[in-house]
Amino acid sequence: MNAADILSTLPELVLTVTALGLLLLEVMGKPPRARFVWVALGGVGLALGLEFAVPSEGQFYAGMISVDLFTRFFNVLFLTTAAGSLLISVPYLRRTLEERGEYYALTLFATVGMMFMAKAHDLTITFLGLELLSVSLYILVAFYRNRVRSNEAGLKYLLLGAFSTGFFLFGIALIYGSTGTTHYDGIRLAIGSGEQLSMALTVTGFGLLIIGFAFKVALVPFHMYAPDVYEGAPTPITAFVSTGPKVAGFAAFLKVIATAFAFTTQHWWGILWILAAITMTVGNITALRQDNLKRMLAFSGVAHAGYLAIAIMVGSADSAFALLFYLAAYAITTLGAFGIVSLIEGEDESGLDMDSYRGLARRSPYLAGVFALIMLSLAGFPPTAGFLGKFFIFSAAIDEGYTWLVIIAVVNSLISVYYYLRPVVAMYMQEPADESAVAVPAFIVPVLLLVVLVALGLGLFPMSLVKNSIAAAGSLF
Amino acid sequence: MSDTLYLITLFPLVGFLVNGLLGRWISERQSGLIASLAVLGSLLVSAQLLLGLLARPAEDRLFVQLLFAWIPVGDLNIDVMYRFDPLTAVMTLVITGVGLLIHIYSLGYMRGDPGIRRYYAFLNLFTFMMLNLVLADNLVLLFMGWEGVGLCSYLLIGFWFADEAKARAGLKAFIVNRIGDAGFIIAMVLLFHQFGTLSMSEMAGKAEGALVGPNFFTIVTLLLLVGAIGKSAQIPLFVWLPDAMAGPTPVSALIHAATMVTAGVYLIVRNSLLFSLAPTTMATVAAIGVLTAFLAATIAMTQTDIKKVLAYSTISQLGYMFMAVGVGAFSAGIFHLMTHAFFKALLFLGAGSVIHGLDGEQELGKMGGLKHRMPGTHWTMLIGVLAISGIPGLSGFFSKDEILWGAFIWHDGVNWIWLLGIMTAGLTAFYMFRLYFLVFHGPARWPGDTQPHESPSVMTIPLTLLAYLAILGGYVGIPEALGGINRFHHFLAPVVISYHTAIAAAPNTRPLELLLMAVSTVVSLGGVYYAYRIYRVQPALAEQLARRLRPLYGLSRNRYYVDEFYQAVVVRPFQKLSGLCWNWFDVRAIDGLVNASARSIARLSGVVRQLQSGLIQHYASLILLGVIFIMLYITMG
Amino acid sequence: MVVPLHHIIAISGLLFTIGVVGVLFRRSAIIVFMSVEIMLNAVNLAFVAFSRYHGSVDGQVFVFFIMTLAAAEVAVGLAIIIALYRNLRTADLSEIHELKH
Repeated sequence: MNAADILSTLPELVLTVTALGLLLLEVMGKPPRARFVWVALGGVGLALGLEFAVPSEGQFYAGMISVDLFTRFFNVLFLTTAAGSLLISVPYLRRTLEERGEYYALTLFATVGMMFMAKAHDLTITFLGLELLSVSLYILVAFYRNRVRSNEAGLKYLLLGAFSTGFFLFGIALIYGSTGTTHYDGIRLAIGSGEQLSMALTVTGFGLLIIGFAFKVALVPFHMYAPDVYEGAPTPITAFVSTGPKVAGFAAFLKVIATAFAFTTQHWWGILWILAAITMTVGNITALRQDNLKRMLAFSGVAHAGYLAIAIMVGSADSAFALLFYLAAYAITTLGAFGIVSLIEGEDESGLDMDSYRGLARRSPYLAGVFALIMLSLAGFPPTAGFLGKFFIFSAAIDEGYTWLVIIAVVNSLISVYYYLRPVVAMYMQEPADESAVAVPAFIVPVLLLVVLVALGLGLFPMSLVKNSIAAAGSLF
Repeated sequence: MSDTLYLITLFPLVGFLVNGLLGRWISERQSGLIASLAVLGSLLVSAQLLLGLLARPAEDRLFVQLLFAWIPVGDLNIDVMYRFDPLTAVMTLVITGVGLLIHIYSLGYMRGDPGIRRYYAFLNLFTFMMLNLVLADNLVLLFMGWEGVGLCSYLLIGFWFADEAKARAGLKAFIVNRIGDAGFIIAMVLLFHQFGTLSMSEMAGKAEGALVGPNFFTIVTLLLLVGAIGKSAQIPLFVWLPDAMAGPTPVSALIHAATMVTAGVYLIVRNSLLFSLAPTTMATVAAIGVLTAFLAATIAMTQTDIKKVLAYSTISQLGYMFMAVGVGAFSAGIFHLMTHAFFKALLFLGAGSVIHGLDGEQELGKMGGLKHRMPGTHWTMLIGVLAISGIPGLSGFFSKDEILWGAFIWHDGVNWIWLLGIMTAGLTAFYMFRLYFLVFHGPARWPGDTQPHESPSVMTIPLTLLAYLAILGGYVGIPEALGGINRFHHFLAPVVISYHTAIAAAPNTRPLELLLMAVSTVVSLGGVYYAYRIYRVQPALAEQLARRLRPLYGLSRNRYYVDEFYQAVVVRPFQKLSGLCWNWFDVRAIDGLVNASARSIARLSGVVRQLQSGLIQHYASLILLGVIFIMLYITMG
Repeated sequence: MVVPLHHIIAISGLLFTIGVVGVLFRRSAIIVFMSVEIMLNAVNLAFVAFSRYHGSVDGQVFVFFIMTLAAAEVAVGLAIIIALYRNLRTADLSEIHELKH
C-alpha cells in the first residue's frame, strides 16, 4: 500500500472517518444531535469535492480496485443519493423523535459499500462492498425498534439477503475454483485463454453470481422482499433502499460483465432476456392494484429493474451508456418521490394511500407539480429524463436485434402509465379532504429542486449527462 | 421571419404556467382572459407566418427554427426543431383559430365552475402540446405532443370527476389510446434504427432508394397507422370517442372534433412519403377509413343523445379523411380536416348552447321547437348541418367532393370505396337533418318547468364566426372542374406526395367530375329529403290525414305508401343494421374486448398480489425457483 | 491420503443443500439463521478446497471475509429477532406476515 492507493480511495476514507466520528459523538452525547446531520453532510460534501480535486485513474491496492470515469460517475451519483436521503431523513427523524447518530453513520457506511461495489476490480471487494451496504441497510430498515412492521421488514430483508448471498458466494467459489482467481482481469484472461478447469464450471458460477445481483436490484423472482421491505421501512430509508442498492447493484453487475465475463455472453443472455421480460411484466401488473404509494413505487422499482436488465443483457457500449443515463434519472426521481411521500405521510404511518393525495394540487400546487413531474418521468413521458432513458435503452436493444424484448418493454411502459397517473389524477382532479397546505421543511427543498433539475432539466438539456455517461461507459469497453 | 416560430408555442405555455401556478391570485374572469389572449397571440404569430409563406415562391415555402440541439453526439443526433410549411400552417391556424373561439365560448359555458382556472390551465396546456405536435420536425417532439394531448384529453374528460361514469370514460379513452401509442413508439425506434435520425425531413430524404427489406416500410407504416387509428378513433379503436363526450362540451369541440382526433390524419400526411412507399398500408388505410365512415354513420342515425350523434358523426368524418389519405388524396384529407374542424366545432358548440339553454339536457327526445327560443343557435347550427351534409356552396361540399373524386379515380372508376363513400354522404345528410329537426322543429318536448333561453353573446359570437368559416372555408379549394384553381391543393402540393396529379389535371375528366358532383349532391339532398319526410312532415301529415282523410285520399295514400315503403325498405333495415352495429360491434365486440382486457389485467394483478403472501419462506422458495431456472438454463444451453 | 477435489466439492454441495432446505422448511427464525450459516460454511469449504487445489491463498483469505460477514449478520439478525420478539412474542416465521400483497 502506498500513497497513490490511499489517494485513490480518499472519498471512501473520508466517509468512513466521518461515520466513525458520528458514532463517537453519539456515545459522548455531544454536541446536540441536531448538528449530526451537518457533520454527515459535511463528510459527503468533502468526499464529493475530493472526487474531483484528487482524481486518480488506474488500478490500485494490487489491482483490487480500479478507478476511472466509470467509478467517478457512480461515486457522484451515490454521494448525491446519500445527501438527498440524509436531507429527507431529518424532518422525518425529528418528527418521530428518533434522530440518532448511528442513523447517519449507517447511511454513510452503506454509501461506502456502494462506492466500493463500483470501484471493485476483484470479486473479493465486490463481495465486501455488497455486504457493507447490505448489513448497514438491514439495520436501517429495522431502525424503528418499536414498530412491528419495521422489524418485520428488517428480518425479511436480512434473511432473504443472507440466503441470496449464499448463492452469490457459492458462485464466486466456483469461479475461483475454475479460473484460480477472483480478479476481474484474471478471470477474463483465464476464460479467453482457456486456462480454466471447465467453461461449464465458470458459467455455473456466473449463473449463481447473477442471483446475488438480481436480488439486490430486485429482478423477478428474486424481488419478493422488495415491496414488503419498502413498505415496512421508515420512508426516508425506503428512498435510500430503493435507489442506492439498485444503482450499485447494476454498476457492479455491468462492470463484472464488461470486464470479467465479456466472452461468455452466449451462455447466459437468454437468462437475462427472460428475467427482464418477467420482471417488467410482473412489476407493472402488480403495481396496477396497489393503493399504498410505497408499495406502488416498490413495484414500479421492480419494473424499472426489468428495463435496466435489458441494457445489461444487450451489453454494448451504447446500452451501457443508456444504463448509466437511466440509472441517474431513475435514482434521483425515485428519491424525490419517496421524499414527497414522507411529507404527506402522517403520524403512525398513515397517509400512504392514494386518497391522501386527493386535491394536493389545490393544497400545495408546487409540491403537486413536482410529484406529477416525477410520475411523468417515471412513466417515460417526453420531454422528461425518464423518456430519454427508455428511448436510449430501447434503441440500443433494437440495434442489437432484440426487437421482441423491446416490444414487450414498450407495451409494459404503456401499462405503467396507468398507475403513475393515478396519483396525478387524485392530485389534480379530485377534491381535497382538507384544504391545509402541506408543510415543506427546508431540508427537503434542495432535494425537490434537484429532482426538477434532473427530471425536466436533463430531459430538455440532456447533453451534460449524456456526455458523462458516454465517457463513463466508454472506460469499461 | 422564422425566428418567431417559438412564439407560437410559447404563448400557450405561459398561459398554462400562469393559470396553473398563480391560479389562486387571479380571478375567474382574468383566468379565462389570460388563456384566450395566449391563444390569440399564437394565432397572430401563425397568421403572420402564413403571410410570410405566401410571399415566397411555392417551392421555397418553409421556415425552420432550431430551438436547440437536444442531443448532439456522434451518430446520436437529435435536434429540437420547429418546421413551418404549408401543412403546418393549415394545422396551426385551425388549432389556434378554432381554439381561440372555443376558449372565448368557454367564458360563458364554464362560468361559475369552481375549477375554472384548472380548466383553462389544461386547455392551454392542450393547445401547447397540439401545436408542438404539428410544428415538430422530429418524431420525438411530435411524440411529446402526441402524448401530451392524450394526457390533457384524459384530464379534461375527467374534469367533472364527481361522476364515476365520467372518470371511467376518461380511463377508457386513455387505455385505447395507449394501445395506439405502442405502435407509434415501436415505429419510432425502428425508424431511428434504420435511418439514424428522427427528423422527418431527413428521413424523407433517406427513405427513397433506401436499402431496406421489402417489408420495412409496410411494417413501419402499419405501426404508425396503429397509432393513428387509436388517436383518430377508427375501427377497431373508435369506442373511446363516444364515451369521451362525458367531458365539458367545449372540450369535445376542441379536442374530440377539431384538433386532437385529427392528429392521426396529420401523422399520415406528414409522413406521406413513407406511406406512399407502402401500397399495402395505403390500401389498409383506405379500407379502414371508409368502413369506419360508413359504420359510424349508420350508428349515428339511431342515437338519441345529441352529443353521441355528433361523436359518431366525428368518427364517420374522420373515416372520410382516412379514406382520402388512403387513396392518396392527401391534400383532400387535410382540406376536409380543416373544413370539418370549422363545421364540427360549430355543431358541438351549438349543441353546447342547446344543452346550456336546456339546463344540461342532452336527450333529443326532450328537445324540439327550439327554433324561436334560440334563434342565434338555430341559424348557426343550420349552417353547420348544411355544411356537413355537403350541400353545394358550403365548405363541406368542396372537401367531401374532392375526397370522393380521389376515391373514384383511385381505381379508375366505380369501386367499392367510392360507393360506400357516397352512401355515407347520403346517410350523413340524413342523420344531421334528423338531429336538426328533432332539436329545433316540431313540438316542444322539454318539461314544463324548463325555460329554454338563448345563450349569452360570449357564446353566440364564436358560433357566428364559426358559421362564417363553415360557409367560406371551402372557397380556398374550389376544384378546377368548377372553374376554380384549387388553391388549397397547390398550396399543400410541395409538402405532400400526390398520386393523382396527372389524372386530375387531364382536361377530359371535367365532365365526369361534374357528373360525380351532381350525383353526390343528389344523394345528399335525398338524405335531407327523407329526414324531412320522416322527422318533420310525417307528424303533420298524420294530423292532416285525420282531418281530411276523404278528399285527398288518393294522393295522401300514395305518399303515405312511399313513406311506408321507405320506412320498411330503407329506414327499418338501416335502423336494424345500425342497432346491430351499435349492439354487437360496438358494445359487445369492441367495448367488451377493451373492458375484458382491462378487467383481466386487473384480475391478473390481483392474482399476482396474492402470491405476495408475506411469508419469508414463500419468498425464499421463489428465489430457489429462480436458481433452479438459471441452473437449468445453463446446463441445457 | 489426498482426498480428491470433487469429493470435497460434493460434500460442500451437500452441506449447501442442507442449508437451503433448512431455510425453506424450518419455522423458527433462529434455526433458519443457522441454516444460512451452514450455507456459508459450505462455501467456505469449497473455497478452502479450491485454494489448496490451485495452490494460492486467495481462497483462504476469502474464507476469513466470509466468516467476518457471518458474524456481522448474526449480530444484526439476532438483534432484529429480539426486537421482533419483544413486539410480537414470537419468532415463528409463519406468524410474521403483516406486510403482504
